[in-house]
Amino acid sequence: MSRFRLRTGGRIDRDRPLRFTFDGREYQGYEGDTLASALLANGVHQVATSIKHGRPRGIMAAGVEEPNALVQIEKPFPEPMQTATTVRLADGLEATGLPGQGRLATDPDPARYDSMHAHCDVLVVGAGPAGLTAALTAARSGARVIVADADTEFGGGLLGTSERLDGAPADTWVRQAVAELDRYPEVRQLPGTTVFGHYENNYLVALEHRGEHAHTRQRVWRIRAREVVHATGSHERPLVFSGNDRPGILLAGAARTYLHRYGVVPGERVAVFTTDDSAYAAAVDLHDAGVEIAAVVDARGSVPPPWESLCTERGITLMPGSAVVTTSGRERIDQVRVAPWWQDEAAPGAEHTRIACDTLLVSGGWNPAVHLHSQARGGLCFSEDLGAFVPDGYPPSVRSAGSAAGEPTTDACLASGADAGARAAVACGLTAEPADLPRAGSVPVRSGRTVWMVPSPTDSTGDTQYVDLARDATVADVRRAIGAGMESVEHIKRYTTLSTAHDQGKTSGTLASGVITELLGRSTGEIGTTTFRAPYTPVAFAALAGRERGDLYDPVRVTSIHDWHVEQGAPFEDVGQWKRPWYYPRGDEDMEAAVLRECGAVRSGVGIQDVSTLGKIDVQGPDAAEFLDLVYTNKMSTLKVGRVRYGLMCHADGMVFDDGTVARVDEHRYLITTTSGGAAGVLQWLEDWLQTEWPHLRVHLTSVTEHWATIALAGPRSREVLSRVAPGMELDKDGFPFMSWKDGTVAGHGARVFRISFSGELAFEVSVPWWHGREVWEALVEAGEPLGITPYGTETMHVLRAEKGLPIVGQDTDGTVTPYDLGMGWAVSKKKDDFLGKRSFTRADTARTDRKQLVGLLPADPDLVLAEGAQVVEHPELPAPPVPMLGHVTSSYRSAVLERGFALALVEAGRDRIGDTVHATAGDRLVAATITDHVFYDKEGARRDG
Amino acid sequence: MMLIPCPWCGPRDEIEFHYGGQAGVAYPQDPQAVSDQDWAEFLFFRDNPRGEFAERWLHAAGCRRWFGLRRDTVTNRVLDSDDTRTVTQ
Repeated sequence: MSRFRLRTGGRIDRDRPLRFTFDGREYQGYEGDTLASALLANGVHQVATSIKHGRPRGIMAAGVEEPNALVQIEKPFPEPMQTATTVRLADGLEATGLPGQGRLATDPDPARYDSMHAHCDVLVVGAGPAGLTAALTAARSGARVIVADADTEFGGGLLGTSERLDGAPADTWVRQAVAELDRYPEVRQLPGTTVFGHYENNYLVALEHRGEHAHTRQRVWRIRAREVVHATGSHERPLVFSGNDRPGILLAGAARTYLHRYGVVPGERVAVFTTDDSAYAAAVDLHDAGVEIAAVVDARGSVPPPWESLCTERGITLMPGSAVVTTSGRERIDQVRVAPWWQDEAAPGAEHTRIACDTLLVSGGWNPAVHLHSQARGGLCFSEDLGAFVPDGYPPSVRSAGSAAGEPTTDACLASGADAGARAAVACGLTAEPADLPRAGSVPVRSGRTVWMVPSPTDSTGDTQYVDLARDATVADVRRAIGAGMESVEHIKRYTTLSTAHDQGKTSGTLASGVITELLGRSTGEIGTTTFRAPYTPVAFAALAGRERGDLYDPVRVTSIHDWHVEQGAPFEDVGQWKRPWYYPRGDEDMEAAVLRECGAVRSGVGIQDVSTLGKIDVQGPDAAEFLDLVYTNKMSTLKVGRVRYGLMCHADGMVFDDGTVARVDEHRYLITTTSGGAAGVLQWLEDWLQTEWPHLRVHLTSVTEHWATIALAGPRSREVLSRVAPGMELDKDGFPFMSWKDGTVAGHGARVFRISFSGELAFEVSVPWWHGREVWEALVEAGEPLGITPYGTETMHVLRAEKGLPIVGQDTDGTVTPYDLGMGWAVSKKKDDFLGKRSFTRADTARTDRKQLVGLLPADPDLVLAEGAQVVEHPELPAPPVPMLGHVTSSYRSAVLERGFALALVEAGRDRIGDTVHATAGDRLVAATITDHVFYDKEGARRDG
Repeated sequence: MMLIPCPWCGPRDEIEFHYGGQAGVAYPQDPQAVSDQDWAEFLFFRDNPRGEFAERWLHAAGCRRWFGLRRDTVTNRVLDSDDTRTVTQ
């Protein structure tokens, strides 16, 4: 066993040695170790070099507040930016020290992550002395309690001290408390769980580490609590002096934790520099463990009596009224220089005492861990007594207890926890009995001396006085920020990067406020702290994502015909959450070849497309007609039963936001369709107006998108195909005219057939109940086979509609386009008194004649297909910026029937420019194109009847 | 994550809701009779107070009903909710 590991003591299992590798060297630790305690046990202090100055840095703390000891875990799974003080040692662990920045793994994370949701009456954050009495008191009242602690076992600070409760070692009481909590069925204990965020209405988020071998590596808990008790403890504050960053300099409380928790001593000759009482316990405990204590340097004028006698008994040199002014050592501290510094003196004296040591313990007082309290919008004030920020003013149903509330002793923590637990239970309507508390017999604590920085005789600028070791931010940096005119702690933080590292300033935040205070000559309370934000400790994205990644990231919606498309090898396009077949390649066809073939088939023969994804809303009620007149630009009340009309919807600002068809099913019933991606938004929009503006209208809206599978048959031979499977239906143009619908039987199933066309060709849309979709589809494909029926996807549909100049809302429009801009004034009723958007058409801006209008563009080079989004400019040469933009290309394809590339574009005063030549960006060059009407094919509409 | 009291479904997590902006902005009775200025006010201008704000919410992943809510925009504390106040006329 190494000279730094004691033969007995600590909460490690010496029968279970673990081998691990750090920076390529093999070491041994024990079950129960952290990586940091195992390194210290092997005499390794330096973990890395610092991020900016490249100085050696060592382990400084024993918990999440660690600013220095950053490691990259290589095995079992690569993970960057872990603090050695919170990594549980495991057999085969491989880690390397990090100079401030890690690297992400390139392999996929094989672990499983999950999320949990929970509700409780009282959530207790932290299971130290205050957290345990709070949880016990609340649990005894019958409250549903959750108690979470970041550590692997409950007990908090009690695990890292030699404290006794009721005369027995403190962990005896901890075990009893945990056993009692175990007996309450309504209590949930979450060890290894860090509560990292406190949001509105007591919604708290926590990360549970379940271990590398657990089925689920980590879980994120989302907890809604009626009452919250923050028993989050406190973090010891380091001291700022010249050379305060060398390996071998540890927080005094951390050294005590390494001793009592892990049976590890940090060195052989230890000096102590403190401004408060707590470091004396570390000196006494280490001495009793066989470590030589070189001296205890106290910035206060005298040593508190109980500690004075305990130290004198042990022959420990005491140096009150002094300060460490500088240190030396190459890769580790080897000497401190101590100078007299009485409380009323501005700077330490010039005479130095040199003290050789291999470890320096520092304590500048304790900062209550107010992070969650502050996230919950609790107030803070600076306590001159404690020299720290403490909670001052609580949000509803939130309390702090124990050292998180500034309580200085174990007895006070036990009592304040019990009190907070009782008050939380009472707030939940329960009766809480005063708890039976153990006694620690804590000695009274004398106030510390608040020391923000020790003036240095050798470093007057403060280049070696580190405020934030994680960011290499020094007193000199703060001086520079103030010299640049900054006074706000928020500005100085951003200028110096103070408190912005992985630890979010747990050791440096309050120090920074103090140093600023001193340099500005203000009070610390006035300077305040920077804002505390979630997460309290870093959280991996994998944990936040949980199972919602890969296939489960977003729901996928498929039609009842989907499997057929998959079997045909169609690639899919995402439209909202829908998967829609994009095109159907044959042989080794690429997309362009497939689309040209599909377009040709529809224009000359017959094509078939799955259009089930179109949104469908059933509109019913005596006022349905009046309602639709208000929400569509054209008039729907005059539509006859059995007929269909195209409709545009505008927002009140007159801009198009969806389009579709409206079929009158009955006197008081319509079926309207929406774009595939817009269905939910349209339904919500319509409900908004019905519920809040026109509640007098008797109308009900129902989404029926997934009630109907819909199949489009398009092309001059579509009537022939349909007639083969719908022998009973009259399909000729007089019996079944354009823009009408009828019910009938298709392939043996009841169907509703619409004669509408999105391609300009003779076309039918056949709707059947969803579950018959594939059967009817296959029947139509089989019936069409002799006619060369060709399945086509969304790309062909887009090309065909663009040839007809039909816009796609969201592609050719962007929320700034009116029906008139689209050249669809014909779809805007002049007879209706009002409809949504009407008033806006006469607004000065909307009525301009030089607005961007939808036009066609034909590139001079017929082989060229312009890029969608390409900017349109006037001249072939670009003038000096800013270049006036005329508009942009919204849709662009190669057309089989036009035998060339063509495009739709929104162009300023486009309709007045028809015939003009403009230029569009194409990579690095500009290409000429002629503005045309937006309808390229069959302007007369001669093809729709076949 | 606010806990929002839906008048129909009770308190539910904020993610179930859609925000609908300021409450009580009525669609003008006769839009054609409104001046351009007033129409622009209706379309584009909304209050953005620091403090108490009456606003519209939709329980989108629940009962799909719109309702009114008074919220403190500084603390996100909900002061009350009411299904009747969504009606703007």
